[in-house]
Amino acid sequence: MLEAYFPLIIMVVFGFAVAFIFMLLSQWLGARRGTKEKQTVYESGMVPYGNARERFSVKFYLVAVSFIVFDIEVVFLYPWAIQFKELGIVPFIAVLIFIAILFIGYFYEYKKGGLKWD
Amino acid sequence: MDLFEIIFYFFAAIVLVSALVVVLSKNIMYSAFSLLFTFFGVAGLFVLLNADFVGITQIMVYVGGILVLIIFGVMITTKVTGVDIKEGISGKLQYAGAGIITLLTAIFLSLMFINGKWITGSSTDVHATIHQIGTLLMTKYILAFEAAAILLLIAFIGAALIGRRKA
Repeated sequence: MLEAYFPLIIMVVFGFAVAFIFMLLSQWLGARRGTKEKQTVYESGMVPYGNARERFSVKFYLVAVSFIVFDIEVVFLYPWAIQFKELGIVPFIAVLIFIAILFIGYFYEYKKGGLKWD
Repeated sequence: MDLFEIIFYFFAAIVLVSALVVVLSKNIMYSAFSLLFTFFGVAGLFVLLNADFVGITQIMVYVGGILVLIIFGVMITTKVTGVDIKEGISGKLQYAGAGIITLLTAIFLSLMFINGKWITGSSTDVHATIHQIGTLLMTKYILAFEAAAILLLIAFIGAALIGRRKA
């Protein structure tokens, strides 16, 4: 059982190690000559303004709620996708029905203007 | 202590330490990010218990979905840092209430843990459950599969309706 996850463990360990080592390397090898401009907050080259701790619009939350539904849809599609070749055409139609049912919700949201940003 | 136990205690330690940070951190943003590690640790425990599909669902839904909602929820609140615990008599009452509830829950769980009849069995060497789940979901439980779509549709339309009431 555990042997099956050995490649995954190697990948996780390797990922953490690479990130950690590069952070340490830039700490040790990099030159640190801080000027006033270098010390400012990096905001994609723009001059930063305001406070980062301000309230965000609730619209982000509404988009996130819609995202959750399709996130859970993907979870239901996972077992089918893995057995796709063995299962054949009937489950494929069932999955199309599954997606079509959820598409009604998407259409409703679209018509209601839930995806507009105003 | 074999490899299985070492990995179990590793994940259990991740869950416990990060859950403690969630509870004890004064900065609510740190709590939210610490919850990420709690969810990952629980997913690891699921995988360790031969439930690989539950593990992947845990990562997809909780780490990818619920945690995003929690962080958005933090972002739209007013006070992110330095949420004060109430002082004075009402604060003491809160502490007392929380302490009593925690103690009772702990006693209840301990009693269940000690007195419960644990079903033990040899661990059959299951490689991946997701193939069987895929086959069953598409043959025997195909109606439940479609019913899940309708359930998701209801949730989606409800969210759209509540979120856009003014429009």
